Amino acid sequence: MKKQLQITVNGELRQALVEPYYSLLDTLRDELHLTGTKKGCDEGDCGACTVLLNGKPVCSCLVLAHSAHDGEVTTIEGLANGLELHPVQQAFVEHGGLQCGYCTPGLILSTVGFLESGEEPTEENIKHALGGNLCRCTGYSKVVEAVVAAVDSADQGTE
Amino acid sequence: MRQAISMLQRYGENARIVAGSTDFLVRWRAGVWNPDHVINIQRVAGLGRITYSSRNGLRIGALVTVRTLEQHPIVRRRYPALAMAAASFAGVQVRNLATVGGNICNASPSGDTIPALLVFGAECRIAGPDGDRWVALDQFFTGPGQTVLRNGELLAEIRVPPPPPNTGSHYIKHSPRGAMDIATVGVASLVSLDGRRGPCSEALIALAAVAPTPVRAYSAEDILRGQGLNQELFQAAADLARDGVKPIDDIRGSAEHRKEIVGVLTRRTLEQALNSAATGPMTFEEQRRLTVQAAF
Repeated sequence: MKKQLQITVNGELRQALVEPYYSLLDTLRDELHLTGTKKGCDEGDCGACTVLLNGKPVCSCLVLAHSAHDGEVTTIEGLANGLELHPVQQAFVEHGGLQCGYCTPGLILSTVGFLESGEEPTEENIKHALGGNLCRCTGYSKVVEAVVAAVDSADQGTE
Repeated sequence: MRQAISMLQRYGENARIVAGSTDFLVRWRAGVWNPDHVINIQRVAGLGRITYSSRNGLRIGALVTVRTLEQHPIVRRRYPALAMAAASFAGVQVRNLATVGGNICNASPSGDTIPALLVFGAECRIAGPDGDRWVALDQFFTGPGQTVLRNGELLAEIRVPPPPPNTGSHYIKHSPRGAMDIATVGVASLVSLDGRRGPCSEALIALAAVAPTPVRAYSAEDILRGQGLNQELFQAAADLARDGVKPIDDIRGSAEHRKEIVGVLTRRTLEQALNSAATGPMTFEEQRRLTVQAAF
């Protein structure tokens, strides 16, 4: 039996009528038509579906939609400010942190979550933070370079 | 909580509890688990807290996430093997959802947090229709996916006593990948010394993914207690741990391979635990480098 669900997505209060077994991922893509969040394995292994739930990166394919009721979700659609990319998006573009792009929304949300977590942004910590995001194109080096650059640009912004 | 218990009583075997849903949703979608009733305890009050006192030790609410465990400063300082087990668990996005209670109640032989909780002597507070009862974690599992939980009961809290002074602990997870994989073998060891250089006053070793449930290596522990610890003794303990398990062949490794790895990791975790007991804990980052040992 479908039930009403209310979540704040990218700052906007949204409602959907979904079955109890619906995942947050299916709700975002099929009900709210936010298809920037990708479905890869649908088993929590690949990280393509990563969004921020109440500020923390999660695999949206593993979240029961109704568990996110009254929560706040940030998807890839919520990062850019108009035509101005989010600094992490900009860093991925400038440093070649993507090729086919399928894993990119997840990698970028994991990065944003990591930068907001207060963990020291060492290269080692970056790699651990992105360990749950699979990418079959880049070999990860360019991704890590992009995140390091995003850290540097954030540092310059605060000086 | 009372409502959750009465629902569990009402629906009995046809109900399944869900919290972080990381294991549940995948199996539900695949039709592996098909309960008539799903009881979501995510918002049950009071189960999401983690507290520490030097007298009572660590109290971990069943809904505390694995990520919280990993990042908790006292867990990192006093229960390093537990922080390591949490850090080796899936990826950040899963750790932010998965709960400690869920990892225990799924009762997987390879559950990452379980060996570390076992060596720290964890106890489970089980809430039920007749109030609470306590069960030692090493008595909690009855088979793969099977626990002592009865109809109407749920795991509410895990209590972990404060480790004695001069205690070191370590967890090593051997798996095909460095992240996002299940343990081929997981070993946690804890060593307490009588004084910094003294003989071993306590030794506990727990093994994952080598039996129908996570298990302690009692015979290996026994030869260490009361002894001055050295390489020969560690090797003897490692051999006992290796010879005491009867693992299965599966996609992650053969039984023979697993037995050998049990020996190797028992020795390495004991060495590391002794080192920390004698000289103090390593930093989280240093220890993490030694925790996930991915290799074929």
